[in-house]
Amino acid sequence: MAAGAGIRTVNLCKVYTSPPPAASGAATLTLGPQRGPGLRNKKVEIQALAGLSLEVRPGEIFGLLGPNGAGKSTTAGILTTRIRPTSGEAWVGDYEVWRDQVKAKRLIGVVQQRPNLDFSLTAREILQFHAAYFGIGKAERNKLSSELLERFQLTDRADELVRGYSGGMMQRVAIARAMMHHPRVLFLDEPSTGLDPQTRLLLWEIIREYNAEGTTILLTTHNMEEADALCGRIAIIDHGKMIALGTPAELKASIPGGYLLRARLSLGADEAAGRLRNEAGVSEVQVTGGRLDIYADRGGALVGLLVSAASACGAELLDLEISEPSLENLFLHHTGRSLRQ
Amino acid sequence: MSAFLALLARDAHVARRNFVPLMLQTMLQPMLFVFVFGQVMTRSGMMTPGYEDFLLPGIMAITMMMTGIQAVAMPLISEFQFTKEIEDRLLAPVNIQWLAVEKIVAGMLQTAVAGCVVAPAAYLLISGGAGASLKRPVEAVVMALLVALLSSAVGLLMGCSVGQTQIGLLFSLVLAPMIMFGCAYYPWSALASFPIVQKLVLLNPLVYASEGLRGVLTPHVEHMPVWVVMLVLALMDALIVAAGLNQFMKKAVG
Repeated sequence: MAAGAGIRTVNLCKVYTSPPPAASGAATLTLGPQRGPGLRNKKVEIQALAGLSLEVRPGEIFGLLGPNGAGKSTTAGILTTRIRPTSGEAWVGDYEVWRDQVKAKRLIGVVQQRPNLDFSLTAREILQFHAAYFGIGKAERNKLSSELLERFQLTDRADELVRGYSGGMMQRVAIARAMMHHPRVLFLDEPSTGLDPQTRLLLWEIIREYNAEGTTILLTTHNMEEADALCGRIAIIDHGKMIALGTPAELKASIPGGYLLRARLSLGADEAAGRLRNEAGVSEVQVTGGRLDIYADRGGALVGLLVSAASACGAELLDLEISEPSLENLFLHHTGRSLRQ
Repeated sequence: MSAFLALLARDAHVARRNFVPLMLQTMLQPMLFVFVFGQVMTRSGMMTPGYEDFLLPGIMAITMMMTGIQAVAMPLISEFQFTKEIEDRLLAPVNIQWLAVEKIVAGMLQTAVAGCVVAPAAYLLISGGAGASLKRPVEAVVMALLVALLSSAVGLLMGCSVGQTQIGLLFSLVLAPMIMFGCAYYPWSALASFPIVQKLVLLNPLVYASEGLRGVLTPHVEHMPVWVVMLVLALMDALIVAAGLNQFMKKAVG
């Protein structure tokens, strides 16, 4: 098995002037600056990436985490020759993807967000033809395809057209296909979307095994649990920019206090926030409307303080949510928005 | 090169799997035309004898054009749009222009198969074989190749320009007029009483396919000079292939 290759992007920018391709999954992007009203061709410009620089080391599982429209799929699309960057460089191994497309394509395996299987073929044929495109000989492609079908529990229906497959089965075929030519970097764009929990665990296990053989893996996801479970390092991106980078543990440790209490008061949120800020162990209190976001070194133990702070302001506590240190909290801390929004 | 051949093998495999419906799709309509116009109308005396001689090359031209267009355009339209099936092949380690070239070659092969099936069938169905002959085999082969390339190139261009929701429009707004004004059921000279139409149809590639095949298969009927047709077909081929490749690249990369 060939060792994994690294990935590097330098100041990557992408501005869509037409609706982004479905493959980029970036249909819900915010609108960027529009051209002045004086121009006749008023085009909508969507800034999907605003100068993203990343470095993924050979052999690591690297996660791109962010909400829909953050630029994750566009980044993966550029690195896999499917989306042309507006500016910047994208490297896979020793090749700049847009200068040495064919050489770069030899190094990569890609699983897109939406299953894009060849519907005219059976699962086995899909794997075999894919290997043939990569110049793998007949005997080897037969052997490899049988092995992968078995590993992904697809052998029973391997000789049926994939048209009749369930979403989860299609996703498994897509992943098996990406592994057929032994890529040195595997791109997985939201791989567990639509998978049942059992298949998701199978997939995670296979990803870990595959990585243990040396393959670099770039995973995009908006599922924190997945990023946390799989990735050695994670970059959190939003609006086409990186807002945090580190191991899951480092990132969680970087949240002030670690615990988050989200409370809603009937009134006097600002006053209550002022009182709470002075409490020991409370590192930050943010107020949005009537809502308090309290970052602190403990969770439930603060509830009493919160209640007394509220009653001191003559307010009622309407809602309270306590969460442990998580990537979700980190995202919220950096952007003020939830990942799931 | 091996990737290119593998891509071609994939298309051949799919075409073999769909052979029967594919053949019915291409064969049935021309055969019906041959029967109605070549037999019913002439035997009943509603068409003058000798009409078959115009009809046979025209039917061949339509069959070849439609086969190439449908073989290339229809899969491309769906693969590029909803299903995104083409992604896997775009990720094959070749320059992606080669995928477009492969589509053209596959379309030409399918056109050749269709031509080879429809020609003898039509020949047998038409009384007296329409006086068709293969006295100029080299010219006939060159002409057939030019027409096959034309049909596949038009297919590539359409397949990369038309959205899935516009397939119906493609048939009624583009293909139907193309067939009716393609000089397949009548020679170009028959349009002499409609001078404007006669000039306009010169933009229609099917006109050259029909007239060219008349020139090589039934040279005794009226037709445009063979060398003029070949020249125009070669030019159209070059233009449409270039436009098709350009459109393909636009469609393939976001």
